[in-house]
Amino acid sequence: MEEKVKEIIQQYSGDKSYLVPILQDVQREFNYLPKDVLCAVSAHLSVPISRVYEVVTFYKAFSLKPKGRYQLSLCMGTACHVRGAELIARNMEDILGIKEGDTTADLEFSYETVGCLGACALGPVLVVNGEYHGHMNIAKSTKILKKLGKKGATDDEQD
Amino acid sequence: MVNLTIDNRKIEAEAGQFILDVARENGIVIPTLCSHESIEPTGSCRLCVVEARQGKKTRIVTSCLYPVAKGMIVDTRSERVMNVRRLVLQLLLARCPGSEQLKEMAAEMGVEAEPRFVPDTDNVKCILCRMCVRTCEKVVGVSAIGFSYRGPEKNVCTPFKEESETCIGCGACAYICPTGHIEMETTETGDTRTIWGRTFKMKICKVCGRYFAPEDQLVYISQKTGVPIEDLAVCISCR
Ligand code: SF4
Ligand code: FES
Repeated sequence: MEEKVKEIIQQYSGDKSYLVPILQDVQREFNYLPKDVLCAVSAHLSVPISRVYEVVTFYKAFSLKPKGRYQLSLCMGTACHVRGAELIARNMEDILGIKEGDTTADLEFSYETVGCLGACALGPVLVVNGEYHGHMNIAKSTKILKKLGKKGATDDEQD
Repeated sequence: MVNLTIDNRKIEAEAGQFILDVARENGIVIPTLCSHESIEPTGSCRLCVVEARQGKKTRIVTSCLYPVAKGMIVDTRSERVMNVRRLVLQLLLARCPGSEQLKEMAAEMGVEAEPRFVPDTDNVKCILCRMCVRTCEKVVGVSAIGFSYRGPEKNVCTPFKEESETCIGCGACAYICPTGHIEMETTETGDTRTIWGRTFKMKICKVCGRYFAPEDQLVYISQKTGVPIEDLAVCISCR
């Protein structure tokens, strides 16, 4: 872990003004930002951990908790909202059994709602690991979750 | 040097000085919360507003951050200033209804809570001025605390809201906090002190036998200054 952190910091020549991109790379590497990793970043970059923690908690894109294999973002922007995103949100929470912003215990799904994704014409929009699914509705969202659930299971079997 | 007027008094000041500092030097009192001589002003409490007139323009400015200029006419207590100041204080009061310091200040200034501003119920006394964080970083040099999250959740805390390993228990943050948000508790005998969820063992003065400083703080001072720790075992009054 330490080595990986050092390597990433090296790519930015150890310049502390790159704290945010460094943290982004670190999160990509470790899936989230564990405490010991942040402490390593703090030590190697000579930025107090209190300052690192400030930055990490400020930006929504950073997560202190492990993220699921599938990261679902449901758009709650105005356009999606008026087209029923609220109902889809309720359906997601019901099926996944978690609240918005949480991750399922088996680390399969992370689910969050976001502001406008800038794809209003497609609304309501559900993003699955960066892939946009437009004109979402309750039935479609249920189907997507089912499919991912199955896929997840077969993947596990292969493991 | 520039000449200006504050509350009808002709005053000479150095160019670039802030209005607040000039006023203080001349015995003119402007209420403040986030101003302290040992840290740079940031203008976060907005209580220090005054009316500054330059040429034909009159503006409400934060005196702690606004530099004086030639011919400037400052009014620290005009009707307009008092209105703004009252509003600022009422908003702060609604945010921290439990802060004794704010209540005292309001009483002194004759400001009453504005019913329109519903008081917060989260029992937070912090106005997010960041004085504690900057004192810990710039004055003490430890950076044990910081802000976390943002928006309504924003608060001051130690990293991960856990006991901080870097904290030396000096209490400078609690001392500088203008609203009494930071809690520091000392036992009756004074042998330990608890701050930010961590309990510090206090050191006894070799001469008078009273507990006077956290051991961790003395270790830190010794490391920083190179003075042997034994020489730090005497409290200030006995030195
Ligand atoms: S705890 Fe006190 S000093 Fe620190 S930010 Fe809040 S009000 Fe300011
Ligand atoms: S003293 Fe100027 S804003 Fe607080």
